[in-house]
Amino acid sequence: MDVLVWVTEATWPACVEAVRAHVPADARVTVLYVADDDVAGVASGAFAGLLGRSGQDRARRVTELAAASGQELLEAVTADLDRPATAVQRHGRVEREVVQAVADLGADLLILARDGDLRRLGPHSLGPAARFVVDHAPCATLLVWPGSTPEVGSIPPPPR
Amino acid sequence: MGAAGPVLAVALLIGVLGFAVVRPRGLPEAVAAVPAAAVVVVLGLVSPHAAWAETRTLLPVVAFLVAVLALSHLCDAEGLFAAAGDLMARLSRGRPQRLLGAVFVVASVVTAVLSLDATVVLLTPVVFATAARSGMRPKPFVYACTHLANSASLLLPVSNLTNLLAFTASGLSFSRFGALMALPWVAVVAVEYVVLRLFFRTDLGVALPSHGRTGDARRRTPGATSTPVSRLSVTLVGATLVGFVVASVLGVPPAWAAAVGAAVLAGRALAQRRTTARALLAAANVPFAVFVLGLGVIVAAVVRSGLGDVVGGFLPTGSSFLDLLAVAGVAAVAANLLNNLPAVLLLVPLALAAGGAPAVLAALIGVNVGPNLTYVGSLATLLWRRVLRDHGADAELAEFSALAAWSVPTALVGGVGALWVSLAMIGA
Repeated sequence: MDVLVWVTEATWPACVEAVRAHVPADARVTVLYVADDDVAGVASGAFAGLLGRSGQDRARRVTELAAASGQELLEAVTADLDRPATAVQRHGRVEREVVQAVADLGADLLILARDGDLRRLGPHSLGPAARFVVDHAPCATLLVWPGSTPEVGSIPPPPR
Repeated sequence: MGAAGPVLAVALLIGVLGFAVVRPRGLPEAVAAVPAAAVVVVLGLVSPHAAWAETRTLLPVVAFLVAVLALSHLCDAEGLFAAAGDLMARLSRGRPQRLLGAVFVVASVVTAVLSLDATVVLLTPVVFATAARSGMRPKPFVYACTHLANSASLLLPVSNLTNLLAFTASGLSFSRFGALMALPWVAVVAVEYVVLRLFFRTDLGVALPSHGRTGDARRRTPGATSTPVSRLSVTLVGATLVGFVVASVLGVPPAWAAAVGAAVLAGRALAQRRTTARALLAAANVPFAVFVLGLGVIVAAVVRSGLGDVVGGFLPTGSSFLDLLAVAGVAAVAANLLNNLPAVLLLVPLALAAGGAPAVLAALIGVNVGPNLTYVGSLATLLWRRVLRDHGADAELAEFSALAAWSVPTALVGGVGALWVSLAMIGA
């Protein structure tokens, strides 16, 4: 059994908990982090706005930082897992890369955390990226709540 | 030259800007700008006398720019930016909304004092690392930096090269410029804060849990270092800023204060081996200063070619709120069509003739806030995206544009409204 765990900043501890609780000991675990090209793109756009004052090598600094911080996040996750796991980093459009990674690995299970409004149960608890992944994942998905799960009472009353 | 003159002048301007963005083989942008400036003089699109007059006007401006760029580099070498990162991380206490507030304060002050260049080049990477090591998604904070680099650059003549260019022509003193632009600066930063806070509410809503088994995760994320900064460095930077104002009151060009401050800090940093002469010279970027001089001559040719009259026709002559807003709007459009540097060179003389110093300040709000729509002007943005794709990254601009569609018009209205109040209270 191949399990892909998609981790992001802030919500990854919930995914680690989910692996501990639900993934069989003989399953192969792959941890995935996707760096968003938009962030480096926006930074390099701002560099371009300065014309030559930015220096060309400096424009790459944010891209390198993004890769390095993704690597360190993956190291933090794998260290916390207490079991062998493969760390994979990709970059691009986050939601597309996650779905592609599932397909490339031939994963049987995808574990991910909700990334939207975490105060109440409901559709807004999924941000755009997680929404896309849940809707398009070509395998079974395990969707977990980071932190504590809201009460059922957080659902608004039905319309009359 | 007949009808070919204006077309040629505009074509040269576009070519020079395109070269500056793409910079084939990393060549300095002056390589295209200086020959192009020579061409417009040789062809008689601008007289040698007028070209020299333009260059003479711009010389103190570019000297100031060189000094401020060196000053930013020295602040970085002194560890001020790393210390700002530590300060922001401490203030945030692990909460993304608090970090956003801290980034806003630091980025607004850095932009105002050390210019937008310092915020983009030196602060943005620090902010990225700070967010990542605090276990937060870096995107809202990086956007905050890149937006504030433009929109928080209203306060002082040093905050943006556009301000320096306009300041010289406006006839305002350094302190008066700052006094008139203080309220617009605050208004625009406040607008940006509200827009970013709402736009990124999802990303700002998730934080690492502070307790439990994985609570120590924060310490394991990138670059958690503590950098001591000498009190003397902070004092010297502060003294340089006070020097800008004092020099201006005494009637000395503020570039001298920047130069003296930079020289003192440079002497100290070189003696302590915190930087090298080579790095300092690269940061001061003299070829860029030469580019600005060349650009000035080319834009002078564009203005004389008749395009100046066309654009001037769009500018209202009054100083009511709507008149000022119209000036800012024209300036924002020009900054997006071309780039904010030629836009300000083109508009400042026209705005000064049409509405005096108030119109010049309104135009500055337009050219400074406007670039958040396309950063480098639409033409250059196309080129920049090609360069980006060649480097293997494909940024999706949908989110960037959606954010700008909210923030730029709101900030323009807020900034011009505040300017109008300032002018009524202080007077031009």
